[in-house]
Amino acid sequence: MIAPPQAATRRLEEAFASIRPVLTCEIAAGDSPDPSGLLKRAALVRDHVDAVNVPDNTAGIAHMSGLAAAAILASAGIEPILHVTCRDVNRIGLQSLLVGAAALKVRNLLCLTGDHMAHGDQPQAKPVFDLDSLQLLRLAGTVRSGRYLSGRPIVPAPDLFCGTTENPFAPPYEFRPLRLRKKIEAGARFVQTQIVYNLPRFREFMTRVTDLGLDRQAPILAGVSPLRSARAARHMRERIPGMDVPEAIVRRMDGAGPDRGRAEQEGLAICLEILEELRTIPGLRGFHLMPIHWEEAVPEIVSRARLRETRTVPPLPAATRFQEASA
Amino acid sequence: MIGAGSPVTTGVRGVLARHPAWSRFLDRAARPLEFLLKKPIFGCQMCGQCTLHETGLTCPMGCPKTLRNGPCGGVRLDGRCEVVPEMACVWVKVERRARFLPWRGAILRIQPALDWTQRGHSSWINALKGTAREARP
Repeated sequence: MIAPPQAATRRLEEAFASIRPVLTCEIAAGDSPDPSGLLKRAALVRDHVDAVNVPDNTAGIAHMSGLAAAAILASAGIEPILHVTCRDVNRIGLQSLLVGAAALKVRNLLCLTGDHMAHGDQPQAKPVFDLDSLQLLRLAGTVRSGRYLSGRPIVPAPDLFCGTTENPFAPPYEFRPLRLRKKIEAGARFVQTQIVYNLPRFREFMTRVTDLGLDRQAPILAGVSPLRSARAARHMRERIPGMDVPEAIVRRMDGAGPDRGRAEQEGLAICLEILEELRTIPGLRGFHLMPIHWEEAVPEIVSRARLRETRTVPPLPAATRFQEASA
Repeated sequence: MIGAGSPVTTGVRGVLARHPAWSRFLDRAARPLEFLLKKPIFGCQMCGQCTLHETGLTCPMGCPKTLRNGPCGGVRLDGRCEVVPEMACVWVKVERRARFLPWRGAILRIQPALDWTQRGHSSWINALKGTAREARP
């Protein structure tokens, strides 16, 4: 059914080399074997972002395989970023996944450790975690160089573009930028952060990151997500480990009242304010939108925040600045 | 004197490589000793590839994801583990304890993935033998 295109597109990497702010958006792979839902969600965002993230069984809840979903997007002409996690497969499975992704023209990979299944709907499953995100990045480096771990050749060497994530909002805070540096040393070529609600904390993180010069080694996209209701804000704060939603934002969502339309408007307003603040933070190359089942909001956010206009670009693209720094 | 590549280490390594029976014997003798010493203090799980000295004298095998390279993104705001809320995150402890060590920079080193064939064996003897670190990401 899937007829892969002739060659994997490199639109994400090209976007990083451009002067526009880079935008990515995460959509759910979905539970259904019918890809029409996935394609519908992707169609809502495809013209507004550079690439679309497809998660790998987020929170340990089984969905359609991320690889299948990413391949479907690639064949529909949408640039996918496939999340690869270490929760469900060991190093053998991961190598075969990386080569399989390359075969299906899925070039962009986000290498993660993966959520633990303790908060999913099947906590009884065996956690694998044979590798962690850093070791996965190094494994991807080996595969890219045209070798399996054992040294057996892969011909031709798969062309992969690997990124990673970092969460500035989880302790130990001082170690987070250093861990990001470790990940970049391990081979990460772009970074998407956890959703930003706590701006002072994020500013502190980015200051340290720019001091270490990490933004010049790998472009960083700040995670942004519009809140849809006060309940969603509370759920994030209380139930999702590693999320930091300040009390002020929860109160603002409460203040919007029970009316759905008004709550959504308030959520969008908060999101736009956060984007506006993020623009003043040096070292960011763009934004990673996580609409969480609210893909309809993406075009509105992109147009109202004028994210697609060149004049809103952070000073210079990471690539140019890197050359300047080394010159 | 006993660092990697020194004559003593190379000599011992050579002897152990030539006499696998001796190295098996040493491994079996060292295993209970190592376990008895490290289990009560560090919660040792006998992974056979001890990194205690490089992870702030905190065993990373206590982490539900057995992370050797740093904390995951799920650490709770109070520094507790996302999976076992009663437990402090192993890496919060690593980072705090490493500050007091003269070799505090060791936590920045990238640790290779575990070699699961060495699980249950003595990491002391493995260190003596210089178990291959190749073919591991």
